Amino acid sequence: MKRFSWFNVTSLALGFGFLYLPIVILVIYSFNAGRSVAVWGGWSLKWYVEVFQNQQLLDAAWVTLRLGMLSATVATVLGTLAAIVLSRFGRFPGRMLFSGMVYAPLVMPEVITGLSLLLLFVAVDFERGFWTITLAHITFTMCFVAVVVQSRLVGFDKSLEEAAMDLGCRPAGTFLRITLPIIWPAVLSGWMLAFTLSIDDLVISSFTTGPGATTLPMKIYSDVRLGVKPEINAVCTLVIAVITVAVVGASILSKRQEIERERAERAAFAAGG
Amino acid sequence: MAKTLGPVRRKFAPWNDPAAVPLIEFRNVVKRFGDFTAVDDVSLGIYEREFFALLGPSGCGKTTLMRMLAGFEHASEGRILLAGQDLGSRPPYERPVNMMFQSYALFPHMTVEKNIAFGLVMDKMPKADIEVRVAEMLKLTRLEKFAKRKPHQLSGGQRQRVALARSLAKRPKVLLLDEPLGALDKKLREETQFELMDLQQQLGMTFLIVTHDQEEAMTVADRIAVMDHGKLVQVAGPSEIYEQPSNRYVADFIGDINILEGRVASIEGTTIGIEASSPKVSLVVEDDEPTSVGATVWVAVRPEKVRISHDQPTDATSNAVAGTVWDIAYIGDVSVYHVKLDCGATIRATVANVSRTVERPIGWEDRVWLTWARSSGVVLTS
Repeated sequence: MKRFSWFNVTSLALGFGFLYLPIVILVIYSFNAGRSVAVWGGWSLKWYVEVFQNQQLLDAAWVTLRLGMLSATVATVLGTLAAIVLSRFGRFPGRMLFSGMVYAPLVMPEVITGLSLLLLFVAVDFERGFWTITLAHITFTMCFVAVVVQSRLVGFDKSLEEAAMDLGCRPAGTFLRITLPIIWPAVLSGWMLAFTLSIDDLVISSFTTGPGATTLPMKIYSDVRLGVKPEINAVCTLVIAVITVAVVGASILSKRQEIERERAERAAFAAGG
Repeated sequence: MAKTLGPVRRKFAPWNDPAAVPLIEFRNVVKRFGDFTAVDDVSLGIYEREFFALLGPSGCGKTTLMRMLAGFEHASEGRILLAGQDLGSRPPYERPVNMMFQSYALFPHMTVEKNIAFGLVMDKMPKADIEVRVAEMLKLTRLEKFAKRKPHQLSGGQRQRVALARSLAKRPKVLLLDEPLGALDKKLREETQFELMDLQQQLGMTFLIVTHDQEEAMTVADRIAVMDHGKLVQVAGPSEIYEQPSNRYVADFIGDINILEGRVASIEGTTIGIEASSPKVSLVVEDDEPTSVGATVWVAVRPEKVRISHDQPTDATSNAVAGTVWDIAYIGDVSVYHVKLDCGATIRATVANVSRTVERPIGWEDRVWLTWARSSGVVLTS
């Protein structure tokens, strides 16, 4: 096999360039000393200092964080329950309809989800604000959690649960002691997915928000409409940094567990018996 | 382990005692899944301290029968009794039976110790007692060194022993074993079969094993139930199943056998004369199978009971047929001769390879005579 052909190298460079060049430019310009976003005026950290003095931005970040945590947690509980129902209870009347309805929000345009939620909140006269955004985020992230958890449950050995019950464990106890600890990684990644989707969302948040509940994406978007300030570049760079650290950290952690597990397995077989 | 259990084993036969009450009783049990009848009108009694095997090909309903006893399935009709009590629709966690699963079903997130202790913790046994019992189980299954390991850090044989220890820890009235040795290699499987037997004797428990491996069933079990299409075909001890199969299905399923079709020509006491149709020979069988003159029957003879020789036998009391050696399968301990009779049918005869000579006196395409004693054949009426 030929490792480096010009074709491969070029396509790799083009692909990565396409994906990351805009981000690299954004990161570089966040260190720009000048006021203009297009003209380079030397290196500086002053925009970062500005960010941490901008109370509005910090408030928006805090709202986004709280919103993400809360909606991801509730969505994980609901999504996990839906996944269990879908993968466990073989056939029941309306199963197809139910599974279709769980997955529909995956493909539903966000504008429609947002608009329909807005109409609902208006119809029931629910004061719009933090809680309406939270409900909206739970609604649209729940199905992602259901998909992730269900794919784990497909490969789940049902005899583990039967063994627990055979040994005297009631169904609820079996779920808490056996099923949940085993599918825990899938539940956790479902939570992380829901959290990421939530902090990233602009459209649905815009529809369902009210006074006093501005998320970071909404804040950035409205600021940019008045002209791009280098401050925004700094905020975005910080967000990228946090996400990168989280993703790399999580993958290192799971990789290490895998290596440890493999080593233990080898040791067991070397010991024989 | 004590090897003085032989006499106990030989004398153990409560199923012959009309006064004995079975520990487990299936009464006309039927299990249907939609249109499919998995278990079809099974009535069966299993006695205390018995090692009972359910044997049959996959899909014969043996696993369903066991799962109904464990409580994972509920009978569509009929009743299941344990120690005189109707189990009805009691859930698995309220039944005094434990099961060892085919996949072992070890809890991957718990250590060996925790796995074994699980059932005891569920029973709210005091902590100190749990520790004692777990230690005892670890010793019994020789797993002391592995107590702190997780299942994925164990070999297949060790996992099998953890599964066994876990299902024994609660001292259930009945231990159910679902293909317990299926995942082990042949050597380890044979060793483990004897360990299981010793363990069962030592603990004085009732074991019910489900298996498709006839050798395994014959090795471990006091009695075997051969199943086919959800029905019990024969329930008997290993030697009876082998030497006195109740019909062609059992005869064919257990071991190797030659079956010749014929018509009853004469009956004198237990001596039955049969005119075989293919080959056209007269056969005589000593068997007390009730039949009548003119009925269609089958004569079944095990290959190891057929003698093979170049010379025509002079002994008129034996059964004899002539043929040509068609194939010889050298297996090591025995050679199997496939002899084609003049009518086209094939009869197999096995010869033990008692000497180390490579040259066999009987070779391919030799004309040979096959003989077997009157008492070697069995008459089957179905």
